[in-house]
Amino acid sequence: MALATFKGGVHPPDKKELSKGAPITPCSQPDRVVIPLSQHIGAPCAAKVKIGDEVKAGQVIGEAEAFVSAPVHASVSGKVVAIGEFPNAMGRMVPSVVIENDKKDEWVELTETPDYLSLSADELKGKIKAAGIVGMGGATFPTIVKLSPPKEKPIDVIILNGAECEPYLTADYRIMLEKPSEVVEGLKVLMKALDVKKGVIGIENNKPDAVEKMKEAAKGEASIEVMALEVKYPQGAEKMLIDAITGRKVPSKGGLPMDVGVVVQNVGTAAAIYEAARFGRPLVERVVTVTGEGINKPSNLMVRVGTQISHLIKECGGTKGEEAKVISGGPMMGFAIFSEEVAVTKGTSGILVLPEENVVHGRTFKPCIRCSRCIDACPMGLMPQMLSILSEAGMYEDCKDYDLFDCFECGTCAFVCPAKRPIVQLVRLAKSQTKPG
Amino acid sequence: MEQKEHELIVSVSPHIKSGESVDRIMWSVTIALVPAFISALYFFGPRALITTAVCIVTALFAEWLVEKMTGRDVTIWDGSAFLTGLLLGMNLPPTAPIYIPIVGSFVAVAITKQLFGGLGFNIFNPALLGRAFVLITWPKAMTSWVAPNAAFTSMDAVTTATPLGMLKEEGMGHLLEVFGGKANLYWDLFMGHAAGSLGETSVIALLIGGAYLLYKRYITWHIPLSFLGTVALLAWVFGGHDLETGKFIWFSGDPLIHLLSGGLMLGAIFMATDYVTAPSVRRGQVVFGIGCGCITMLIRLKGGFPEGVMFAILLMNCFAPLIDRAFKSKTFGLVEKKKEAAAH
Repeated sequence: MALATFKGGVHPPDKKELSKGAPITPCSQPDRVVIPLSQHIGAPCAAKVKIGDEVKAGQVIGEAEAFVSAPVHASVSGKVVAIGEFPNAMGRMVPSVVIENDKKDEWVELTETPDYLSLSADELKGKIKAAGIVGMGGATFPTIVKLSPPKEKPIDVIILNGAECEPYLTADYRIMLEKPSEVVEGLKVLMKALDVKKGVIGIENNKPDAVEKMKEAAKGEASIEVMALEVKYPQGAEKMLIDAITGRKVPSKGGLPMDVGVVVQNVGTAAAIYEAARFGRPLVERVVTVTGEGINKPSNLMVRVGTQISHLIKECGGTKGEEAKVISGGPMMGFAIFSEEVAVTKGTSGILVLPEENVVHGRTFKPCIRCSRCIDACPMGLMPQMLSILSEAGMYEDCKDYDLFDCFECGTCAFVCPAKRPIVQLVRLAKSQTKPG
Repeated sequence: MEQKEHELIVSVSPHIKSGESVDRIMWSVTIALVPAFISALYFFGPRALITTAVCIVTALFAEWLVEKMTGRDVTIWDGSAFLTGLLLGMNLPPTAPIYIPIVGSFVAVAITKQLFGGLGFNIFNPALLGRAFVLITWPKAMTSWVAPNAAFTSMDAVTTATPLGMLKEEGMGHLLEVFGGKANLYWDLFMGHAAGSLGETSVIALLIGGAYLLYKRYITWHIPLSFLGTVALLAWVFGGHDLETGKFIWFSGDPLIHLLSGGLMLGAIFMATDYVTAPSVRRGQVVFGIGCGCITMLIRLKGGFPEGVMFAILLMNCFAPLIDRAFKSKTFGLVEKKKEAAAH
């Protein structure tokens, strides 16, 4: 029987063999952490501490002041030594709190709730909000906002995203192998919080052992289904995932999953939700896959938020020769960082260290030869060819005729283009010069 | 913050790309034409090599000349000018005097392709427009054909008409007489034992190349199938004649003769499928193929020329951008206009 999938997509080389066998290991405590006060989509937090304060791990250091926001907590115990603007992975300067680690790992008092599923929906949502949970698949959308859809958009399915379709990354894979029940319990908390009767966990079939483990963990739950999906990038994209699992298509031009009655969460986020509900643990650490042909010991590390990438690289035995490119995230949509002093945030799923021979240089490219490969591959059914030609010619408004703002920059088009055109970059340029609608 | 000793490369995602490249595509299509080229050598002798070589060399020179004169990067080794030269060569009669490949190739590359902006910007299929130019300029030389010989020897000196030429001037009865019956006719057309342009005669050689291109996904079925299917259908509906009286009979034409003759196979597989000049959206490509088929048969059955593939493709090239706009790809989750209006 054919596995569920979506139209379009590509098959980049998997490369997961580098790190898939590495079990999740705690990363050694760094000397200091640089914690951005904005690790999420939405308004940055207001700092609740000042220079010189002694903080404990799990303590609130940034408070959410807007609806679309999430609190930020100290990930280690120590002293606040700086509060200022530090660069994030995208090169933007963001307000951050720097804590000098006393390596004692002292925590604030956490509230345990063994019967967490008997809590009300509002109480559960309160715990999720207090824990600062955001989407850990990389988008970092504050989870509490996803769990507060307007009344006219009822939700009937919750989907957990275990696709992990980006090459190289194995963090979600290891979470599903090693903490399957945490993921299932997290899904149950979500279903209780939204009063939803059906949960589906979607996993790409290049992880058959994870599919088996999750099926086993969900065995007793009648309302939870585990679905294996065809291996194709970008299966893990929200809209593609919903289409493959439910057949529903999120409307274009600003539509959201709640418009078709669905809420999607990453499996890592689900595990963090369980930790918050059961143990009261705020989100201060996450699994990061440190991999790439340029790193000596590819690993899946449990990393405290704010740990600088240089520390992770050292933890994995350093680089084999000079690293040419270091990417935060996956190779298709991740950000090439300019400095290894950038810190890990709640949304950092992986760090790829690429040597020169694995880098694709894109300074020169050819004109579009209209070969249609990008049109065939685009999961959103757009015409990247025309978007790239119009943007290159400066005709940014005309790009909207081709549904410019429906592009979520997955990179599939630029991946297949034989002329090596920087289509994603041209799309971003056009978007920056126009407004949606 | 500490300073790194060396710099990291920062560029926009995606950071990995497929191994496909423009050069590889062009050279692969060139390889797909090798069977047709070999058949040209086999049936028409060393003249095939000379004509084709002159086309290719002129094509490379023309591209170099215009790119140098306009101050652009010289791209003659990306394989596209070479391919244009080869395709033009395959489209010329074996007896074409030397000035025809030279002028045709120059018009094809310098004017049709480079003066329109170079690779990716031309409206018309370069090889075909080059051929159209020399056809109109030297009509006699471009419509003189010889019977093929075999085994790479020099070709026969006997001038003859192409099968389509015979069909138009003398009718089906005469054609069958010359080839000795339908079965022989089909076989000769399929193998290439007929008069015609260098690369168009051997259907099997072209099909081998086409199969390779389909397998490697350099072309898809959309254009060839819709083009050939339309020709077959129209040939059957409109191409039938009583063998004795020549009177027209509905629904009794021979699709096979039309599919196997003339430049159709070469055109449907290698020329109509040209990326730059055909529509890019798959549904639009089917419309394009149907249009090519209609115009081809219109010319073959009713027009002055015995063969219409070249003009059909050139005319449909004009419509390609319009077809792309009319058949734009369907965006995921597109909300219907009515629903959208209701929502506001």
